[in-house]
Parts: sequence; structure tokens; C-alpha cells
Amino acid sequence: MNPVVMQLTVRGLLGRRRSLLLVILPALLLGLAGLTRWGSHADVGASAGLVGNFALGTLLPLMCLLIGTGVIGPEIDDGSIVYLLNKPVPRRTILLSKLAVALATTLVFAVLPIAASAAVAGDDHFKLTGAYGLAALLAGIAYTTIFVALSVLTRNAVIIGLLYALLWEGVLGGYVPGVKDVSVRQWALAPAEHLLDAADAAGWGVTSAVSVTVGVTMLAVVVLGAGWIAIGKLKTLRLAAAE
Amino acid sequence: MSAIVLDKVSRWYGNVVAVNDVTMTIGPGITGLLGPNGAGKSTLISMMGGFLAPSAGTVALDGGHVWKNPEIYRQVGLVPEAEAMYDMVTGAQFLLANARLHGLPDPGAAAQRALELVDMVEPSDRAIATYSKGMKQRIKMATALVHDPAVLLLDEPFNGMDPRQRLHLMDLLRRLAAEGRTVLFSSHILEEVEQIADHIEVLVAGRHAASGDYRRIRRLMTERPHQYSITSSDDRRLAAALVAEGAADGVTLTDGTLAIQTSDFGRFVHALPRLAHASGVRLLDVSPADESLESVFAYLVAR
Repeated sequence: MNPVVMQLTVRGLLGRRRSLLLVILPALLLGLAGLTRWGSHADVGASAGLVGNFALGTLLPLMCLLIGTGVIGPEIDDGSIVYLLNKPVPRRTILLSKLAVALATTLVFAVLPIAASAAVAGDDHFKLTGAYGLAALLAGIAYTTIFVALSVLTRNAVIIGLLYALLWEGVLGGYVPGVKDVSVRQWALAPAEHLLDAADAAGWGVTSAVSVTVGVTMLAVVVLGAGWIAIGKLKTLRLAAAE
Repeated sequence: MSAIVLDKVSRWYGNVVAVNDVTMTIGPGITGLLGPNGAGKSTLISMMGGFLAPSAGTVALDGGHVWKNPEIYRQVGLVPEAEAMYDMVTGAQFLLANARLHGLPDPGAAAQRALELVDMVEPSDRAIATYSKGMKQRIKMATALVHDPAVLLLDEPFNGMDPRQRLHLMDLLRRLAAEGRTVLFSSHILEEVEQIADHIEVLVAGRHAASGDYRRIRRLMTERPHQYSITSSDDRRLAAALVAEGAADGVTLTDGTLAIQTSDFGRFVHALPRLAHASGVRLLDVSPADESLESVFAYLVAR
């Protein structure tokens, strides 16, 4: 990790106008959670529906997309990354520093608000909060790492990431049986399901298409793989001016 | 004293050859990399700076490879052509960040020294986003100098500068070269290059077209065959006089225009009015047929 790279990354990520979305989207979720509590009289099933579908299925991938493509993509696009690359700092350190900033931002602006929204909308002794908090944490790490890697690999990371987040994870991953097995959301739900009693998990719909072992293994493979690919690509990154 | 050695370096993108079999050594002093737009100058500088792998051949800095070797940046300062920087920080913060990324023992002092060198101390507490193009150019220059590098690579540094800034930068580059540094800059303007470069490398269509001091390059450029088209009251008589005098190597008469080719520019321009006057021919129009820089460069390549 390099503190200077991390500082510049934080300035870049939070200094842009779109960083407002990082505040607006979680605020929207918490507002909806409050409405859900009021409308359903703090019913845990309704809370699970809001957090499981909207927060984990749509909001989390979008937040991770905003953050993951925001920590390195704009610098590659406009060429300013050259000021980091022309230093005697290993490219691995540069990427890991940026990834660390992205993951910390995901934790603060996405994972914690999602866990809080379960508590606000309705919970039974924070069981749902814990389960969905764990799922959001695991899925958040995977999504963010994937999107960071994607923005090193391609200039169209936002478009590709958006299609992936909305179509694959949001729609197909939720409903189509075959796709479910290769969805970050399902992998992250497996440990969450395990955390709850079988009756609660089934009753609230906190269920995964895969086992805990498969889920955790796949998450680890994806996170390490995406990180490794991103480092490899940054080592041989070709800058716009040279094309 | 550092030197960059390129040995049979080529670079292609798919089917397009951007740099073709270039061998050159860039040593201490100022070297100008001259060539028209699209000649492959940026590609060549990217390879020297370790930002692009040669498709064939090798690029070495003092014997060590530059590709995938971030350690070279302790000795190399790079001024990229792209203007984008970290707009949200101030000039001083950006310089300090650059100094710290280099791991310098006293980054604060190094940043201050670099800002003084480019005369940017006073506006350095403003955000980079508020700077003019010339100020950004100077901040870019300062980031390349913050670690006191032995080698400085500048891609089109004079682009967009006003004459005063241009003189200031030329002066700075001269001072850096006088301290024994290796300075390489690219440009597509001959006058710019010959004003400060001790040595010129000409690159045209990816090929290394010529190399030498500016007098040699200037001579190569002025001694090439020149073409003029002339309209006069009597083309035929004028053509005969020019050929008889030896002021033209070849003449072509077409409908109402006389095309002249000459390899001795000086002799031709002195002989033309004299001969026209002596033969009683009125000159209606005299214009160079092919004076573009591209045609000059094309001549150098074909030679």
C-alpha cells in the first residue's frame, strides 16, 4: 500500500460530482426502509424483501460499479495515471492501494447502510441485519474488485459493468436457475443463509442456490482472479497518447 | 551522464507500423526529435519512457532495460503530451505528492525547488483546475524535475505555449543540458528544434530519416530539389533562358504554366528576375509548388 496513491485516489473519488450518488443512493435506501417499517409494521418478511431484492440485487452492484470504476478508470481515460506510473512504485502497489480505497468506500457507503436498512425496516434481534450485512460485505468485496479490474481492462467498463450488474446479477441471477449458480449475489447469500436458523432463512427468503463451500470458494476465486488480472494489465498498460 | 540506446526498435499496432527499425543513441545535451504529426514520435518517446513495449528491438537506459522496470523512473523525468492532471488538488499538493511517490528524503524541499525552477511558487496554492494551459505545462515540467533526474523526456512541450513561455522553457532546457543532463524533446516545427537542440533526430513515417546537428539537417532540407510554377508573358523564352543559364535542372511547359525544378535554390532565385528582365519577359506569378513540411520530410525519407 502507498499512502500517497491512496490519498490521491480518495480526492479523485470523492471530489467528482458523481460522488454525490454515493450519498444519495444509501439515503434513498434508508428512506425506503423507514417507509417499509411504517407500512408493514416492522414485519421481518417485508424487510427481507426490500433488502434482499432492492438493496442486494440492484443497489449494491450499482454502488460498487460507481466506486470500482471511479478509483482508477477516469485516470486511465484522461491519461493522468501517468503521474502514478512514472514513479519507482511497483504497479502492484498502485493497484492494491486503489483497491483498498475502493473497498473501504464500499464498506462505508454500501455495506453498512444495507445492514442498517434491514435493522430499520424490521428485524428480529438483528438476525436479518447480521445475515444481510455479511452477504453485502462479501458481495461488495467481489463486485468492487471485479469493477476495478474491469476499468483497468477496458475503457467501456461503466457500460459493461452496468449491463452485468443490472442484467446478469439483477435479473438473471435472481430468477434464471442456471445463471444463479454463477452469480456473486447467490455466492454471498450462501454464508448468510447458513448464519440463520433454517426456519428463519426459509421464512424470510434468505436462500442461496449454492452451498456455503461453493459460495465462499467462488467468491475467493473471483476476487483473487480479478485482482491478479488487474495487476497484470496495469503492468503493461498502454496509455492513450501512445496509440 | 546517462544515455538511452535504441537498437533496431520497431513498434506496430496490428497492421500499422508506427516505428520502423530505429537505431539511435540519445546522450547528454539537448536532442530534438523532429517529424511531422503521425511520424511515430510519441510512440518512440513512450517506448523510451517504458510505457510501451517495442514489438522488436530493445530500448535500454545505461545498459538496463526500460520496459516493465519502474526503477528507471528514479533517473527519468517524463513530460507527457496529455494535459490531464489531478485537477482537484493544488499545484503545491500535486508536487508534494509526486516527490513523496519518488520516495525522496525531503519531499517538501524538493517540491518547493521544482516549483521555483518553473516559476510557479506564487500560484501553487490554487487548484490545478484553475490554471491556464501554460501554467499546467509548467506544473507538468515541475513534476518531471522534482527528483532531479539525469534524463528528461518531453513530448511536444512547446505545444500551446505563448512566445514568452516558449523562451522561458527553452532557457530552462538549456540550463538543464548545461548541467550534463540528457534532454530529449519532440516537435514538428523545425525552427523550434533548431533554436535549442544540439542534435536533431528526424523521424518520418516511423523511419529514422536523418540525424545530425541542425546545420546538417537544414542543409539537407534546403538542398533538395525545389519546384516552382511560373506564369509569364512568354513561358517558352523564359524556360530557354533558365536552362541555358543552368539555373533550372528541368522545365515543363503546360497550358499557360511553366513548371521548374531546381536543386540550387539560391542560384535560381537570383537568376530568375535577372533573366526575365534581360529577355524582356514579364513575370505574372511565381509560386513554390511544394513547400509543405511534409514534402520536405518525404524528400528526406526517399533520399
